[in-house]
Amino acid sequence: MKIAVCIKQVPGTVDIKIDPETNTLIRQGMENIINPFDTYAVEEGVRIKERLDADEGFMEQSEVIAMTMGPPQAEEMLKEAVASGVDRVVLLSDRAFAGADTWATSVTLAMAIDKLEDVRLVIFGKQTLDGDTGQVGPELAQRMNIPFIGYVSEIMEISARKIKVKRLAEDRYEIFEVRLPAAISVIKDINTPRVPSLRGKMKARSAEVPVWTADDLGADKDELGLSGSYTQVVKIFTPKMVHDVSMIEGTPEEQVEELFKNLKSLNIVS
Amino acid sequence: MEIKVNESTCTGCSLCKGACLYDAIEIEDGIAVISEACVFCGACVDSCKDESIEIIGLDTEEKDFSDYRGVWVYLEAHGNELADVGLELLSEGRKLADKLKVPLAGIAIGSGIEENSRVAFQYGMDKLYIVDDPVFENNIDDIFSKALVQLISKHKPEIFLAGATSFGRTLVPKVAAILRTGLTADCTGLAIDDDKKILLQTRPTFGGNILATIITRNARPQMATVRPHVMEKKATVADIGDISDKVIKVEIDPKNFKTKYKMLGTETEKGEKINITDYEVIVSGGRGLGSGEKFELLKELADTLSGVVGASRAAVDSGWISYPHQVGQTGKTVNPKIYIACGISGAIQHLAGMQTSDIIIAINKDPNAPIFKVANYGIVGDLFEIIPMLIKRIKDGKPLV
Ligand SMILES: Cc1cc2nc3c(=O)[nH]c(=O)nc-3n(C[C@H](O)[C@H](O)[C@H](O)COP(=O)(O)OP(=O)(O)OC[C@H]3O[C@@H](n4cnc5c(N)ncnc54)[C@H](O)[C@@H]3O)c2cc1C
Ligand SMILES: Nc1ncnc2c1ncn2[C@@H]1O[C@H](COP(=O)(O)O)[C@@H](O)[C@H]1O
Repeated sequence: MKIAVCIKQVPGTVDIKIDPETNTLIRQGMENIINPFDTYAVEEGVRIKERLDADEGFMEQSEVIAMTMGPPQAEEMLKEAVASGVDRVVLLSDRAFAGADTWATSVTLAMAIDKLEDVRLVIFGKQTLDGDTGQVGPELAQRMNIPFIGYVSEIMEISARKIKVKRLAEDRYEIFEVRLPAAISVIKDINTPRVPSLRGKMKARSAEVPVWTADDLGADKDELGLSGSYTQVVKIFTPKMVHDVSMIEGTPEEQVEELFKNLKSLNIVS
Repeated sequence: MEIKVNESTCTGCSLCKGACLYDAIEIEDGIAVISEACVFCGACVDSCKDESIEIIGLDTEEKDFSDYRGVWVYLEAHGNELADVGLELLSEGRKLADKLKVPLAGIAIGSGIEENSRVAFQYGMDKLYIVDDPVFENNIDDIFSKALVQLISKHKPEIFLAGATSFGRTLVPKVAAILRTGLTADCTGLAIDDDKKILLQTRPTFGGNILATIITRNARPQMATVRPHVMEKKATVADIGDISDKVIKVEIDPKNFKTKYKMLGTETEKGEKINITDYEVIVSGGRGLGSGEKFELLKELADTLSGVVGASRAAVDSGWISYPHQVGQTGKTVNPKIYIACGISGAIQHLAGMQTSDIIIAINKDPNAPIFKVANYGIVGDLFEIIPMLIKRIKDGKPLV
């Protein structure tokens, strides 16, 4: 079975602040990392492959392909995915992809999945650190006209035709079965990503990272990047943190009494 | 499409470099140079004092959307009860609709929901579209998206809002994908641009440290999901009067609404409230609690305050409490009225999930814990002393000092 895992490289910190004096961003330790949620997607892809390869009834060897749409430096992250056990990777990189919103991203990824041919399962992370939308998965699934199940916490069964999963809904878990091909997004609960083995790291070092451009996808450039996006960022700013912490001092009894009074004035207790 | 630096006006001041979230700008020979890492977010364009940076080649042709009119709110239901977020959005939608001088409609889909949907008229809704059929008994997104797409295509609202719940966040992207329009996720602020009469959608990103305002260009409706509890729910109409001609029952043919998803069952954690985003008070515990049993103490306080228990990742990873309770970057984003953090240091990844709470109360024995930087009220002390005393104070009603 062919399994595609969509991963993204993101700025490695959410600790971004704006310097109030110069009005510029202060970034700390700003190196790029794999989107943390996507590590669970990679691990789950590899686990499914291992499971299917160990299954006597499953003749065909499975293959896990990690792909990303991003700038050339995303190659590093793809190599890490190889170290974590994926079989091969694809980097979708072209100036024409830049500025993509979730829709244009899902269009590009969908074209790449079509090009891979016969992908039966697409795995996403729950959301990215920078985009933070969780929309790419469902939009891609809709475009490919395949089912999408979000927030999956367990793959209960998978066969050549079907997948049965448990997913976290608002206030309960739901168990769904859908036919393949299908797409899912996974949450942290689903697994603990492995630490890359020495062999994996060796493999990563020599791994090839093919780069696909808009032309390779046969894409119409109007569908891609900022041109293909329906949404556009018009302003970026930091939230005003008008913030005064009031420290409640005194003996524990005084502290509790004061806290109680505050809760009372907030109408939380009577 | 291209991003260009005007070399004759660029002073190499590096303001843009500082503004770039993607580390895509270097100053070379006194001039800003933008690399391939650029995602065209426009932060540098805004930062430049000399207007030296420009994004060009973007099709600016204004399409005519005058046949799109009105504000629609999706009224998510669980079973046959409307979720609060839909009512919050009606209150907000009313303001947007008034500003645009257009009607506000709600749309509810489900099985046996008609009766309970009427309450939505108290929130200023002009019209209710209702799709009520047993095929919609469970919230399954493929058939719900189909119903929404049919109605939106027919009635063409200019704005469509839905809750950023776990259902909404998978349903609405599908609707947007079918309609071929933009969708802004998880908004915390909505406004109408005075001149252009378009929707300005503001949302946090980078774990809440940055806010971005987003518009939908070249397509309609303008769609957004909005975080629960962010907008204020306000019943403004005491007597809804006769609404019979305001309720539009949409007849559907159930044969056309066969889901591809087979729902085999549901599981709830025994006796546990897991949808922590539903509560106005969250009492959260971290590594400072020391063990799973100690969460009982927090549960008692939470129950006393009609709230729910949350946790840091450290507590979840230690197996003291289950994952649905986790708050933060890899857990849930919550916006309660009151967030009480007990024995939580306040790591940035935790803050990402709770710093927009209305009031944050922190109890920690380390006065330097970063949680105090976002707290409104801070208590430096031992939670095992403070919390039992607080519970007692609330229950007994006797002043301590
Ligand atoms: C990619 C990534 C994602 C992450 N996502 C999340 C996330 O979603 N949510 C999250 O919470 N974390 C997340 N983390 C982890 C985060 O960085 C912190 O490790 C975690 O939040 C720490 O949890 P804590 O505050 O409970 O523990 P600690 O940092 O160990 O803090 C415990 C605190 O308890 C105090 N304390 C101890 N005993 C007492 C007492 N008796 N009375 C009062 N105070 C006491 C201590 O002073 C201390 O401040 C993530 C990390 C990474 C790298
Ligand atoms: N540029 C990208 N390349 C590959 N996968 C992506 C990209 N952007 C988003 N994804 C996938 O879509 C998920 C949701 O992303 P988002 O909608 O940005 O929150 C991520 O966890 C990834 O699995």
